[in-house]
Amino acid sequence: MQAQAAANDNLVDIKDLKMHFPVKSNGLLRRTIGAVKAVDGLSFTVKRGETLGLVGESGCGKSTTGRAILQLHRPTSGSVLFDGQDLTKIKGEELRRMRRKVQIIFQDPYASLNPRMTVGDIIGEPIRVHKLRSGKDVRIRVEELLKVVGLNPYFINRYPHEFSGGQRQRIGIARALAVEPDFIICDEPVSALDVSIQAQIINLLQDLQNEFNLTYLFIAHNLSVVKHISDRVAVMYLGKMVELAPAAQLYVHPMHPYTQALLSAVPIPDPEIEKTRQRIILQGDVPSPLNPPSGCYFHTRCPLVIDKCRVEEPPFTDYGHGHFAACWRATEVTPILSEPIQQETAV
Amino acid sequence: MAKENTPLLDVRNLQVQFKTQDGIINAVNNVSFTVNRGETLGIVGESGSGKSVTSLAIMRLIPAPPGKIAGGQILFDGEDLVDYSEAEMRKIRGNRISMIFQDPMTSLNPVLRIGRQMTESLQLHMNMNAKQARDRAAELLAMVGIPAPDKRLDDYPHQFSGGMRQRVMIAMGLSCNPELLIADEPTTALDVTIQAQILELLNRLKDETGTAIIFITHDLGVVAGMTDRVMVMYAGRAVEQTSTQQLYDNPRMPYTMGLLDSIPRLDEGKGERLTPIRGLPPDMLEKAERCPFAPRCDFVQEVCWTTIPPLRSVEPNHQAACLFDITHEQRQSAASKKAAEEAAALESALESVIAEEHSA
Repeated sequence: MQAQAAANDNLVDIKDLKMHFPVKSNGLLRRTIGAVKAVDGLSFTVKRGETLGLVGESGCGKSTTGRAILQLHRPTSGSVLFDGQDLTKIKGEELRRMRRKVQIIFQDPYASLNPRMTVGDIIGEPIRVHKLRSGKDVRIRVEELLKVVGLNPYFINRYPHEFSGGQRQRIGIARALAVEPDFIICDEPVSALDVSIQAQIINLLQDLQNEFNLTYLFIAHNLSVVKHISDRVAVMYLGKMVELAPAAQLYVHPMHPYTQALLSAVPIPDPEIEKTRQRIILQGDVPSPLNPPSGCYFHTRCPLVIDKCRVEEPPFTDYGHGHFAACWRATEVTPILSEPIQQETAV
Repeated sequence: MAKENTPLLDVRNLQVQFKTQDGIINAVNNVSFTVNRGETLGIVGESGSGKSVTSLAIMRLIPAPPGKIAGGQILFDGEDLVDYSEAEMRKIRGNRISMIFQDPMTSLNPVLRIGRQMTESLQLHMNMNAKQARDRAAELLAMVGIPAPDKRLDDYPHQFSGGMRQRVMIAMGLSCNPELLIADEPTTALDVTIQAQILELLNRLKDETGTAIIFITHDLGVVAGMTDRVMVMYAGRAVEQTSTQQLYDNPRMPYTMGLLDSIPRLDEGKGERLTPIRGLPPDMLEKAERCPFAPRCDFVQEVCWTTIPPLRSVEPNHQAACLFDITHEQRQSAASKKAAEEAAALESALESVIAEEHSA
């Protein structure tokens, strides 16, 4: 909005974001007896026009991060600077105006569209709310948007149940685009779709990004998809960011043992590679975020653990070229993909 | 690997139908395949392709009504399971053929302790007494890597994590030393690091016990590492069948090629554009006499709209349901041409939008 922000190439600047959910006792007083630290001190930026991938396993706080940025959950502490303005400090009408700039696409295209509204109403509602068009022009705009996402404008009077999962996701994307946002949080946008449809949606998101100069925060658990679409990738574990690096760099040379294990766990659709690959199999499960381990949160499952990890939390350190990692032994982590593939991607 | 000449499981022309308000759905259409002893067969397909229904039919677990096995044979060790009575089937299920489901939370009984659920089939099929069954159950839990198995037998399913529950399911599935284990998307609900644990476990147990496995999944990465042979299903039909290696090296059905081109790979170079399969999944109610993949195929010809292509041999040990000899290279160049056209169409749509915006 303001001129001062225009020069800044960080569209979103997040500092020490914390989202703690209180846990209440069952008694009459419902006292707070603890907190689930879903997001615990994240700092990162999203550059204008880039796609930042956010990966992690279920419960690591990646979706909560997305919602906290949008102020769908009010963060416990920290700041979310969007275009120079702190979203955590504003409310009411002012916040609503900012929401025009920041949109979200949800995972489940069945749950995120109102079954009793027509497609025209679903996509038209944000246009009316933000007074971007009025009267007949709303309908014209909705038809345009349907064309943009690859649907027939003729579908405008239909209801969501008449569409397949992939088509519904296109409707969700059209709704997000309706307000001409700068920044879209894509929260697992392809996870619920069949493989052949996933590729269509991924390509669509990339085309739209190029056309409208959009910035994406792409949240997903599928590392192959995230690698494909992202410029930079951040890895989360138990509410903390453990690694952040340019996509190619992260996949070729991870600097956190958790990233390394995640990468080695992803099956590759090639029988020869699968049969010869070295896997790092993590033992055990993710600890409870209600009662996280001491020191480095990952030390209970880490293959490289040393005594220091159990007591002292490693800082999120810059190792150059935009590669950050939070590990005491970051420089000792070795690549896992076999040699020829690395050379292809390393360029 | 086969110890005898006959395959362990020989499914011939299987037909499964479901009656719905809108008409009859042929969920499985004329599907034939075999599983040899000790072999792992992968069944790959998207939702609605009939892969799960096929496995339920083998176990004779199709809910009837509305469903029924409308034709074909399921020869297990030479005997046709379709003719078996419910009582006879009960002796097979969980004993000689067992099954692991996708969601371990809904397939375990939440109000019974794990021990009770595990010992049930041991006492029933293996004639063990309570003490023997409990000891064996603890042994099985230890085998699938659950710490303190003796204590965990007294826990309820909710006290286990997702990965641990799937381990319990696998232990139960293997408890009576089945000859055939059907794993229906066993890792789909799990996180990737837990998936790796479970796949490693299944691979180890397969080597130790020599059980034949039917591995049902939509994940072509998992199939690559787990199976010896693969059957690809589309719209209730088997559309390609071959060894795992051949399927990835030389797919011969345009649908299989499309699937392989649709998945972003971890080991790919940067910036490669995906070449997806265009169009929508098939409508199972439609009964046109045509190739089910025709509306989405880049190589569709006149004849595809009037013929259901049979599964024919395209090279030794390789069958594909396509009337033409199309190779993966052809599909890739055709698909990239199509993608360029689509991108151009999108661009013109966007331009018209932008132009209108300017005039407004």
